[in-house]
This record gives sequence, structure tokens and C-alpha cells, in this order.
Amino acid sequence: MLVFLHTFQLGLRSLWLHPMRSLLTVLGIFIGVASVIWLLAIGEGISVVAQRQIEGLGAENIIVRSVQPPADVTAGMNGPVLYGVTRAEFEMLKQTVPTLKNNGGGALPIREVRRTISYDGRSVDGRVVGCTPQYQQALKLEVATGTFLTEIHNRNHENVCVLAEQLARKLFPYEDPLGRSVYLGENKDFYRVIGVLKYRNATAAVGGSLAAQDFSSDMYVPIETVRQQITDTVVTRRGSSFSAETVELNQVTLQVNSIDNVRRTAALVRKMLRVAPDDKGPAVQEVGFKGQERSESELNRQDVSVVVPEELLEQARVTKFMFMIFMGLIAAISLLVGGIGIMNIMLATVTERTREIGIRRALGATQQHIVLQFLAETISLSVVGGTTGILGGLLCPLVIDQARALAIRFAPELMSQLPPVVHELEATIVPLSIPLAFCISVLVGVVFGIYPAMRAARMDPIEALRHE
Amino acid sequence: MKLAAQLVGIRKDYVLKSETVRALRGVAFDVPEGDYVAIMGPSGSGKSTLLNVLGCLDKPTAGNYFLGGDDVARMNDDQLSWIRATRIGFIFQSYNLIQQYTVVENIEVPLLYQGRLNSQAKQRCRELAQLVGLGERLTHRPNQLSGGQQQRVAIARSLVNDPFFILADEATGNLDSATSEEIMQMFERLNNEGRTIILVTHEDDVAAHAKRVIRLRDGLVQWDHPNETRVLAAAAAPAA
Repeated sequence: MLVFLHTFQLGLRSLWLHPMRSLLTVLGIFIGVASVIWLLAIGEGISVVAQRQIEGLGAENIIVRSVQPPADVTAGMNGPVLYGVTRAEFEMLKQTVPTLKNNGGGALPIREVRRTISYDGRSVDGRVVGCTPQYQQALKLEVATGTFLTEIHNRNHENVCVLAEQLARKLFPYEDPLGRSVYLGENKDFYRVIGVLKYRNATAAVGGSLAAQDFSSDMYVPIETVRQQITDTVVTRRGSSFSAETVELNQVTLQVNSIDNVRRTAALVRKMLRVAPDDKGPAVQEVGFKGQERSESELNRQDVSVVVPEELLEQARVTKFMFMIFMGLIAAISLLVGGIGIMNIMLATVTERTREIGIRRALGATQQHIVLQFLAETISLSVVGGTTGILGGLLCPLVIDQARALAIRFAPELMSQLPPVVHELEATIVPLSIPLAFCISVLVGVVFGIYPAMRAARMDPIEALRHE
Repeated sequence: MKLAAQLVGIRKDYVLKSETVRALRGVAFDVPEGDYVAIMGPSGSGKSTLLNVLGCLDKPTAGNYFLGGDDVARMNDDQLSWIRATRIGFIFQSYNLIQQYTVVENIEVPLLYQGRLNSQAKQRCRELAQLVGLGERLTHRPNQLSGGQQQRVAIARSLVNDPFFILADEATGNLDSATSEEIMQMFERLNNEGRTIILVTHEDDVAAHAKRVIRLRDGLVQWDHPNETRVLAAAAAPAA
């Protein structure tokens, strides 16, 4: 053991004799080891982003959303555009899906309208969310003061509302909002504030089907009140032309009673709403009657999308996996190239030091001693590379933040087109990756050092002594 | 008298292509402890081969070579390494110091391979450096030393493992005559202290320092006699 430590010390010293050469040799290992740490850190970051998305949506939920048809489809049409989930469909889901929480109580209808919310001359462009009392529990909204909506408010179609924290602060910078009434200009109607929520983090966007939700400008109103006061048809004015759309419900959140049932329930819901199964999700077995095959168009409804957070987890896993393979490949290639570089240098070193090998053999070194010596030198090289690589790897979160900030500053358009994961990603160093990276660098040293070391050991001591 | 080394019918054949070169054809002699032998011979006489066999760097094709009761001729590579590390002190013509090591570290090398390198041994290495007159240059590297100084480091190194004999190969071949004389005096002093020395050389005035001269010719011992001048000188001055 002592001999081994001594050998290492000597190994490091002989590397120090050729600093430039050692530096260049070590570069490959540096890149390889750093990319191992990077790949794990970024992979972890992707997982965290995905986890946060799922958490925001609730892993046990299935989200049915109405999707506005694209403008070119609706261009020639007269009258309001009709799309989305209907109340009838909601009732159908609520009554017939067997795996919902609380025997159908886990189905939440939601209606959203953008409105200008004002109080005492202050106006905020906000989002009016018509919902049921269960919405609070489903989205884990916490009440700061007052109460959330109740069943009675809903039944009586009362003009009451609960404000999000930021919205309340903007509208009521000086007063206590409770008991006061905010005004919706478009409807010429007042709503009494009965509660203010605590601050809630925004959820991330999910693919193309679900936009990011920041809850900051939400105003929660009983859904029955929305139906009565705001109605299903909303007319918006764009310049000189008006466009109208009729939507009964913007979203239905289905809470499934058990996480194990989520996928099966999702398949059922898709079938009931005639939505094509999600390609990215796991294959769902189609149970159809023979001879009664449904036509393509029937199973291809475009104005409703079914989002299953659980499936998103799967997607995130795939993304992460792809990324890890890609980075892993980079790491493997640079480790291979670095290893070959090290082997090359060690072979040159062995030839250069033939005489020294002869001397050592004459003075009593066994073949094993020589192998150990050169192996120790190779490992020293790769470990130096590995250690600097680890340091380089630890800079990952910092570098990513800086690079992203720079990219946003100099190429904002390009950055805006990139998927949200790029923006939200926070690389997280996986603690285990540090010992792993270290072991990899030692391993590279052993693998690529063994051949030059064996060659040194197998030399005939007499020949080696005679070598000039 | 106890023997430092004993060679019995040593043969060494080299196979070169289809031809067999018989480098040693039955060399036999004893080296008693405390002896000072010079091995001489023209090139091609088998001198280098004998040196390699004596130094346990090469194994004879036939014959026995006893070193402290063990037949070295039958040993494997690892055992031979051990013998070299513990029983033989090498001195080479070109000094053969390890360039990146300091004086002390060079002296320590044989102990490194015996696994005996402790603080006590390190102290002994410093003492040996002082013995050969390099006490002031312990941390110098070989390229900072003159030829004679390098050879003195090599001598210190050959003594560190307390060998059965010191095997010197043309130890003064690269040195000027004054320095050569200095080194030869050092050998003589060591011999007077009881060290066994085997000197391989082709120079007569180097061989003149030895107590005994062995001449090789065509792979055989041609001549093995006490060195009369020196023996006579010793007889004339018994106090020495």
C-alpha cells in the first residue's frame, strides 16, 4: 500500500515534468467527465421540470380542455364559433365514468373568460374563472382571508368572487378587499369579494395542449353565475370586426379515485368524447365491435383535447432518456478519445523511459512493480483530468443560467421558439455523479494504461539497460 | 571460507536465426567473501553475458549459480528480481541514475522494491550519501552532478541493500583518469572494509587494483590468478 502511494506521488511528479503534454492529454478526460456530470445534472433538471408540471396539474387528474379552432378554419363562418366541451358531455362524464373520486363528485367544470376587472378607477386585465367549490381543493388553492366559493353561492347564482393574491393587491393597494365589489366593464356588473387567496406558483405549460397557468390574475366566480351573467357566447372586438364564440365549458378536470386507474379512465374518456388517442402516450387497446369500425373523422375530434399528467410524466421520461443517450454518447466518445490520447502518450513515455525501466528492473523491480508504476502514472493523468472535469461539471448550473441569459439577450427570437423546458430547466447536480465521475476517470486510466504498462513490464531488462 | 557466489559449469547459448551462438561454454569459479575480482577479456569473449548472468539479469542455459545457498539459475523472473533487490549491488558504466530523482531518492530505489523504505532506511541512505562524499548534495538531481559524483551516487546505491557482492561494469569507463583513480580508491576502501567486489573491465590499470584477475576467452575461463602486484604489495605492508 505504501509502495502504491509512493508510486502515485512519483507518477504525479513525472507528469509535472511535461506540464503542457499532460494538459493536452488530460483534455479529453476532462470533457468526458464533465459531460457525465452535466448529463446527469440536466437530466435531473428535466425530471424536476416534469415533476413540477405534474404536481401543478395533479397526477390523479385528467384534464379535458376545449381547444379553439385555428383561425383559417373559422374564417368564412358566420355567427359565433361553436366549440369545446358541452355541459351535456360533462354530465355524461360525471354520471358514467365509474372511476371518479366521490362517485362523480370528482368532475369539475370550469369556464374561463378574459375580462377587465376594475375597482375605484384601477383596472386589471384578468381572467374570470367560473368554477365549483371543489376547484379549491383540486388545485390546492389556499385562502388567505375570507372564504372560498361555496355550494350556496353557486346554487343562488350570486355575484361573489375570490381574488388571486396579486390581483387583489393591484386592485386594492390600500384597502381591505373583503366585502367590496369589483366591476366587470364588459358585463356592467359588480361582484362582491368574499375571499383572497395565498400566492400560488405558476404551473408550466404542457406541450401544445395546455398553456402555462399563472394564477396571478384569476378571479374565481361561481360557475352558475358565469353562465347566467356572462353567458356562453362571448363577443370580442378586433379592430372593426367582431368575432364571437360559444363555449359551454373551457375545461373539465376529472379527479380519478386511484392513480392506477388514470390511464384506463383516460382511454375511456377519450372514447366517450371521440378524441383520438394520444400518440405520445402509451398505446391504449381499442375495444371496438367487429364490423362496426368507427370512421376516421369520428375519432378525430379537434376541439377537445385530453391531457393526462401521468402520461406527461412518461413523455418527460422519454425526453430525459433521449437527452441522456445523446449526452452519454458525447461523454463516451470524449472518454474514448481521451483514453486513446492517454494511451498514446503513455506508449511514447514508455519508449522514452526504456532506460529507466531497465535500471529499475536491474535494481530489483519485478514486472508487477513496473506495471504498477506506469499504471499509477496513467491513473494520475486521468484522475487529474477527472478532478478538473468534476470541477467543470459542478459549474453546470451556473454556465447554463449564464448561457441562457446571454442567449435571451442576443437572440430573443430564437429563444422564444425553443420549448419551455429550455427556459425552465434548472440543472441540478446529482450528488452521486461526483463519485461516479471519479470512478470513471480511474477506470479510463486503468483500461487505457494497462497496455502501455504491460509493454513496459515485458521489456527485457538487458535490452532496456542498453537502450540509448 | 564463506562464498559470496559460486559458478558451476555455466553455459549460455543464444539462438540467432538458425545459428546457435555459444556465448559461455562452461564457466566455473568461486568468489569468496571479501574478494576483489576483475573479469577481463576481449570483446566476444562472453564477458557481457557473464556479467548478465552474475547480475541475475539473465539465466544460464545450463549450470548452477549459487548465491547464498540458492541456485539462482533455476529461479523465475520475480525471484530473480528479489535476488537483484537484496543480494546484488549494481554499478554501471553510464551511472544509470534515474534522472527525475534526487541523490537520496536514487539511493533509496533498491529499498523501494524490497518494501523496506521506512524512516530508518531513509536515514541510512543519507549516511551512505555522506560516506561517498555527497552529504551536501542530497537534493541535487543527476544532471546537476559531475560524472564522478554521479558514479559515487551509484556506489552509494549499490551499498544500500547490503549486497553479497558489488557488480561493477566498466565503472570508470566514462570518467577521466583522475576521477577514475578516485573511484578505484573508493572500491579499494570498500574492499578493505570487507565488501566483495566483482569488476568487469577491459582496462589493465583498472584490473590492477583487484586482488584477483579472471580472463575470459571464447566463453571459457582462460586465466584465473591472484593479482601478484597487489598481493605482493599487501604482503609487504601487512598493516594495510
